[in-house]
This record gives sequence, C-alpha cells and structure tokens, in this order.
Amino acid sequence: MDMKRDYYEDIQLFSSGVVIFWFVAMMVFLAVVPFIFKNYYIYVINFMAINVIVVLGLNLLVGYTGLISLGHAGFFAIGAYGTVVLITQAHLPFLLALLVAGLIAAIFGFLLGLPALRLEGPYLAIATLGFGVTVTQVIGKIKILGERQGLHAPDLIIGPWHFDTDKDFYFLLIPIAIILAFAARNITKTKVGRAFISIRDAEIAAETMGVNLTFYKTLAFALSAFYAGIGGGLYAFVLRFIEPELFSLSLSIMFLTMAVVGGLGSMMGPIAGACLLSWLDLQLRNILDIPYLGEWLRSLSQSYFSLTGVSNIQYIVFGGILLFIMLFEPLGIFGIWIRTKKYWKTWPF
Amino acid sequence: MIDFLQMVLNGIAAGSSYALVGLGMVLIYKASEVPNFVQGEMALLPVFVAFMLLESYGVPPYMAFPITLIFAFFLGCFLEFAILRRAKDPNILGLIIITIGMEMILLGLVSWKFGADQRVMPFPISEYDSIAIGNLFISSLNMLTLVAALFIMLVLFLFFRYSKIGVAMKASQQNETAARLMGIKTKQVRMLTWGISAMVGTVAGLLLAPVIMEPFMMWNPMMKGFAGAVVGGMTSLPGAVIGAYIIGVIENLFGGYVSIEFKSVVAFAVIVLVLCVRPSGLFARHYVKKV
Repeated sequence: MDMKRDYYEDIQLFSSGVVIFWFVAMMVFLAVVPFIFKNYYIYVINFMAINVIVVLGLNLLVGYTGLISLGHAGFFAIGAYGTVVLITQAHLPFLLALLVAGLIAAIFGFLLGLPALRLEGPYLAIATLGFGVTVTQVIGKIKILGERQGLHAPDLIIGPWHFDTDKDFYFLLIPIAIILAFAARNITKTKVGRAFISIRDAEIAAETMGVNLTFYKTLAFALSAFYAGIGGGLYAFVLRFIEPELFSLSLSIMFLTMAVVGGLGSMMGPIAGACLLSWLDLQLRNILDIPYLGEWLRSLSQSYFSLTGVSNIQYIVFGGILLFIMLFEPLGIFGIWIRTKKYWKTWPF
Repeated sequence: MIDFLQMVLNGIAAGSSYALVGLGMVLIYKASEVPNFVQGEMALLPVFVAFMLLESYGVPPYMAFPITLIFAFFLGCFLEFAILRRAKDPNILGLIIITIGMEMILLGLVSWKFGADQRVMPFPISEYDSIAIGNLFISSLNMLTLVAALFIMLVLFLFFRYSKIGVAMKASQQNETAARLMGIKTKQVRMLTWGISAMVGTVAGLLLAPVIMEPFMMWNPMMKGFAGAVVGGMTSLPGAVIGAYIIGVIENLFGGYVSIEFKSVVAFAVIVLVLCVRPSGLFARHYVKKV
C-alpha cells in the first residue's frame, strides 16, 4: 500500500483528501489555540514548536543523510547567542538577526561537516560531541556573550508589533515552524533530498552515480545547523535569559532522543516525537505535582531514594523510552503509525 | 624545565584514568562494535555502591572494593545480556542510541538516590599527600592511579595472550563466524567482555572518586577516555592507552603554557586534527568498506 506510481505522485504535498482534511483541521486548531487555552499551555506549545524546528533539522542530517550528530546543542547555542548579540550590539531588526544567526550556525555546520567527510560511526560521534562541548565552553569565556552569567534577551520588536507575552510569541513561532516544516519536507523531495537518502543508503553507490559527497554531506550539516540556529534564536526569546549551562550535552542527547523516538527518516515522526518529549520534559520537571503518581513517588523517594534528586527521574524515563523504542520499535512513533494504518487498511486479513 | 616535566607528569597521571576508561571502551568496541556511551555510568553505579558499602554499612575497604568490582562485572554482563543483545539487527546509530539510553537510566538512578550533592569518598589514600621524585611531585593518589593503570594493562595483556578465554575473546572479535564454528560460545564471550570492561572502568571510577564524587563525575573522564581511544584508533588496546596519555599530556601542557580556561576543550581539537590526518586513528589500519 501507499505505493508511489510516478514522480508527480511522489512530490505532491497532500497524497489524498483525507490528508488535506486533517491538515486544515490542524491549522484551524493551531489558529484557535491561543483563544481557548490557558497561558501555560501556550508556553508549552511554544516550547514544542522550537523543539520541532531543531528536530526537523536534525532529522535531515541523521534520518535522511545517515550522519550522526551529538553536538546540536552547539548550533542551538550559536543561534541563540548570535540572535541576541546581533540585536543588542549590531542593532539589527529581529527577523534579520535571526536569519543571520541561522546562517552563522550553518557556517559552523559546514565547518563541522568538513572533518565529517572522512569520519564515520564512532569517530563522527566523538567529533560532533566535542564540537558541542567546545561551543559551550568557549561561550562561557567570551565577555560580549555574558560569560558564565548569561545574557538577557532584549525586547522583541518587529515593525510596529511588540512581542511580549507567550501568546504573542505563539503567533511568531508557529508560522516559522510551519514554514520550516514545509521547507524540510520539500527539501527531501528534491534532488538534494534524494542525494541525502542515497548517501544514507549506500555511500559508494551514490558516489558512483555522480552524487558529490563533499557537497551534499557538508550541505546536510549546514542545513541541519541552520534549523538548529533558528530554533536557538527563538528559544532565547521564549526563555528571555540564556546561559551556557542550558546548552549542555544533555540537550544534544535530548534532540537526538526526540528524533529517534519520533522515527528517523520520516517527516511527521520527528514532529510527533518532539511534541511528545517536550511535553514530557515539562511535566517531569515538577514530577511530584502529578496526581497519585507524585504521591507514590514521594513516599518511594523518602524510603529508598532521596527527595532532592527526584527530578532526575526524567533521565530514567527518557532513557527507558529510548531503550523501548530501539528494542521494540526501531522506527519510533512513525513505525507504530505505519503498522496501525496497515492493520486497519487490510482488516480483517 | 622542571615546570615542563612537572606538567608532563601531571598529564601522565591524568592520562592514566583516561586510559582506563579508554581501555574499557576499546574492549567493548572490539566485541560489539559500538562506541560505548554507558562506559562512564557503568563505573558510576559501582562507585556509589562502594560509597554505600563503606559509608552506610561499614564494610572495611579491603572487602568493599572487591565486592564493588564483582558488582561491576555483573552489571556489565547484565547490560549486554538483557539489553544490547535484544536489539533487532541494529545499525551503528541504533547501537549508539541504546548505549545512550542505558547511560541515562543509570545516571538517573544514581542521581535520584544521591541528589546532586558533592560527596566525600572515604578512601584510604588522601589526594593531598604527595611523593617527591627528584624535584617533581606527584600526589600519592595519582601515583596509585598510575600504578593501577599499568598493572591493569599488564593483566589485560597477559589475559589476552595466555588465558584460554582471552584468546577466545580475540578470536571472536576477529572473525565471529569462524570462532563460533570452532566451538567458542561467542555470545557468552561478548557478555564476559562487557563485564571485564565494566571492571576496568570501575577501577578508574574508584580512583577518581576521592577527588570529585557526584552523579556527573564520569562525564569528563568518559569523554576524554573516548577521545583517547579514538586518537589511538578504537580497535587497538595499546593505541587507546597511548592516545589517552597523549590527551592527558597535551591537555596539561596547554593548560600550563597557553590558557588554563580552555584546557578541557583542547582534547577535542587534538582528535579532530588527528582524525583529519588519519581518519581511523593512529594505531588502527584504515578500514575500507567493501561493496
């Protein structure tokens, strides 16, 4: 099922009326969200949107090109600091600063892509990991970037509008996220995207067919870094305060977790994974307030563990999810979706 | 000159603990072909077990440390047997993610139990005593680390050279199918390798614990050990050791002469440089993928 019969069927954005219906429903839902939900939920959705942007970019790199990156927090940090500094020091307007910061992140991505040409597997993992760690260390030492104390994001003004509340940010973030999602989806259907996929599936065969490995591998890194940079720039304003500790190795792992849980190499999977895990992340930060479970955990912690470390349960939960997905459903949420769909379409067989 | 030698000595002392972590990683990389991100936490949990034995149950040190090592062995075996082996024909990315998942669970368990507070390991040797060698000084803890690292390397060398099971491990790393046909239980051998690797890592953890003891204590040594192993080539045990010493020495020299602030990032610059020249590290033959 879902067999693609010709090129035009492959590139079309909506494969059927049902998909268009759900897309419209989703857009309507997103449009009415700020008017019906409480402020906290809007903050949660903003947070999700940022993670969706980063994970879409990471998916282009890990899912489509098959290169691993454990340093995306580095690009994220470059985007965040770049945007803030470009606004406060160079007095650029917000959207331009965001774009330039994204491009700076992309340049760093290109540079990191250069050693990646010769490295694979564990070697690439350690090189990208080192990049992520280095970026935070270096940022913590630079005066203009606030050193260890961090930076406050300035007021966000675009033209006549003054973005102040979570609701305002929502109207800024969601369109950017949607545009970037469409861009990512369309990239995968162009020559570039097919080159990425061919590199993932068989590098030598791709090279033999005339895919320029140097160009496409560095391009994958640069594109992915651009997405992370944009996400970082927006993150700085949603959080209003950034410091180097935010962009640790844990964050890189978190992004990778989101992509893997959603399902690498699909479009909706990482979006779902990012939404699900960002929500879980926020919930687990004050885990003791969850009804019933929280009380049970409190008594468990008091008798066997410690109350001060209870927030670290989130590591156990995320690690458990990662293991569960890798052991039982390597395609992630996308894989579950595919199987469910197949079951219902072929039912009762 | 004295300064220089002192820095080199400090570097070698730091490199020793990286070398132990790196050795553990290489053992596992050769057995399971996965860069083992759980290496640090595989040592972290036993270290905190040792802490509990010494602190809460009053077990004397000469009993507590062997118990810890045995625990580490079983922990390593368990992780391979219960989790890694269950993966359905995973690719390299999948394996890396599985080890990251295990790492997060172990880290979460330890930090749930102990919080983020700094603890003090009741260790028989203090880090403040030092031994003088000529004009150079080395703390007795660093000396012990150095000696322990050399001792473990020797033991590993003898183990792989002369013991039957060590030879079986080498055989199943070189050609698993052939080894299985020769009657080696390759799965069990792989499990044992994980156990041994966890023990080696735990020694490093125990020797680091008197200096710093908190749930994130193994991240830095793990990354440096990993970096050392990568510099050495990931498939060569002596390579990992030499790589780790290179990292330790360069790091200390850089800290002494250039900038103390960027001391911890220089390791990654070194590996990127080394990998650009020799993509498979210094001591490994370059592996060319066959089509």
